[in-house]
Amino acid sequence: MTISQRILDLPLVRRSDALRTFVVATWLGWQIESNWADPFLFAVYSIVRPLAGVLILVVMYAVITASAFEDPTFAYIYVGNALYILVGMVITGVSWAIIDDREHYRVAKNIFTAPLNGYTYLFGRGVARLIIGSVSVLITLGFGIFFFGLPIRLSAIDWPLLLVSSVLGLTALACLGLIMGAWTLTMARHFWSVGDAVAGAMYLFSGAIFPLSVLPGWLRWIGFLLPVTYWLEAMRRALLGDEVASFDTLAFLSNQALVAILAGFAVVLFVVSAYFYRWALHTSKEKGLLDMESGY
Amino acid sequence: MFDQTRVTKATGLFLFWATMWARAYPRMVGALRERSWMFFETLLPVLAVSGYVFLYRAINAPPEYTGFAVLGGAMTAFWLNVLWSMASQLYWDKDQGNLEMYVVAPGPLMAVLLGMAVGGLLMTTTRATVIIVVCSLLFGVTYQITDPLLLAAVFIVTMAALYGMGMLFASVFLIAGREAWHLSNLLQEPIYLASGFYFPVKALGFWVATFASIIPLTLGLDAMRQLIFSGDPTIGFLPATVELAILLVLAVVFIAAAYFALSKLEQVGRQQGRLVERRR
Repeated sequence: MTISQRILDLPLVRRSDALRTFVVATWLGWQIESNWADPFLFAVYSIVRPLAGVLILVVMYAVITASAFEDPTFAYIYVGNALYILVGMVITGVSWAIIDDREHYRVAKNIFTAPLNGYTYLFGRGVARLIIGSVSVLITLGFGIFFFGLPIRLSAIDWPLLLVSSVLGLTALACLGLIMGAWTLTMARHFWSVGDAVAGAMYLFSGAIFPLSVLPGWLRWIGFLLPVTYWLEAMRRALLGDEVASFDTLAFLSNQALVAILAGFAVVLFVVSAYFYRWALHTSKEKGLLDMESGY
Repeated sequence: MFDQTRVTKATGLFLFWATMWARAYPRMVGALRERSWMFFETLLPVLAVSGYVFLYRAINAPPEYTGFAVLGGAMTAFWLNVLWSMASQLYWDKDQGNLEMYVVAPGPLMAVLLGMAVGGLLMTTTRATVIIVVCSLLFGVTYQITDPLLLAAVFIVTMAALYGMGMLFASVFLIAGREAWHLSNLLQEPIYLASGFYFPVKALGFWVATFASIIPLTLGLDAMRQLIFSGDPTIGFLPATVELAILLVLAVVFIAAAYFALSKLEQVGRQQGRLVERRR
């Protein structure tokens, strides 16, 4: 019996359409993402790309600073980039689920006209990517601790802050991913690039690999409007403890303030994504986009 | 009753030439027809380059490193084009039912691949130029070109070697089947790292840089940096003229290998009836 079947047999899950859809969608997403290769090749694929991404920054940093890896700035850059893997995966993940279903497998019209909860279906597809991304993040952080002496110690981690900011931040991210996915439903062109463009912009404006103070003043305010900015800051503080590099732009916020801001984003984005999804699904049906194939 | 005018049948070199331009045409026209693609295809590299530029600024890098990141970012357009529009293209064509038409048509498959390369190169050169112009204006990059002729030669030979590699990959990726998508994904960041897209490849050490030189952009970028940012002569892995010579060899080897791989693929595919099989 597979894990998904065991979960589906739980009484709570059996009684709820939304939960059943969520579990099946997560399992489906996991299968789509992972079953194209044997487990070893898939593991290599899941590890090599994010590691290479972070190593680009490591080499750039090492070239300029003569490998001053003990400087708190290095940990700031490394941890920010490692965590951003999740942002990219979740923001683009739901969009790609729509594209896959609509263009590649050509089942979007069957799925979205079936009596299932489409919102939790998309949520589940996003969670599958989140699971894969989480493994990549853990491996990337482990690599940093082992090879570059990243100052993350289990005893020094602020576990409550880590847990709360993870839940709130990832909820906000998942809702953003859902908004992107719902937006994809309404698009006839350019849908390939939407998730990547938003994730790319957030990478730049959220201070993932450099403090916001480096950005020109007229661009800096964009960072303050993004939940990712606060999530990365909270996660850095939780993981690095006293070793975290502090910059003027966010240093004035206490941990409690960061958590409160993240909670606000999570609630607002949850409500917005639910309504936006309903509007987007309706619009895509009205415009005949639900079963559109662009041929690209 | 019937028009008696004879249609001249293209054969030999003319057939090759006509096939090549026939395949290049949709790419060139497509780039002009769907101009809005230009926005996304330049926006994404500009965002990535901006991230790296601000990182360099955050760690107080010398100003020429901004130029390195901009040039590397522009070159990613070519690498992505080779991966997604050359290497994966025959797989897409198989998926959409075009491959069997290429195979049964009288035009040589090598000309089809060359047409893809020519069309892709022209389309991507436009995008790379836009990326360089936009980023240079945004970040105030200054260029000091010492030898324009050598620079042009390095660029042309790098592209010949790179697209020759793309033509070779097209056969390899077709065999890889649905793993082609993941192969293309996998060959992005690792190649940006190994080829030194955002930093001088010399920083990776002699042996890594030597192995990475199999990717034409490694030596091409290194030579272009030396010729465009001549302020620091120590940034280069090898002298630009030596890199040009190696790139020439790579171009010949890749194009020849692409020819043999394609012939073999076609022969085996026809014998086993698997050329257009869509289960993989």
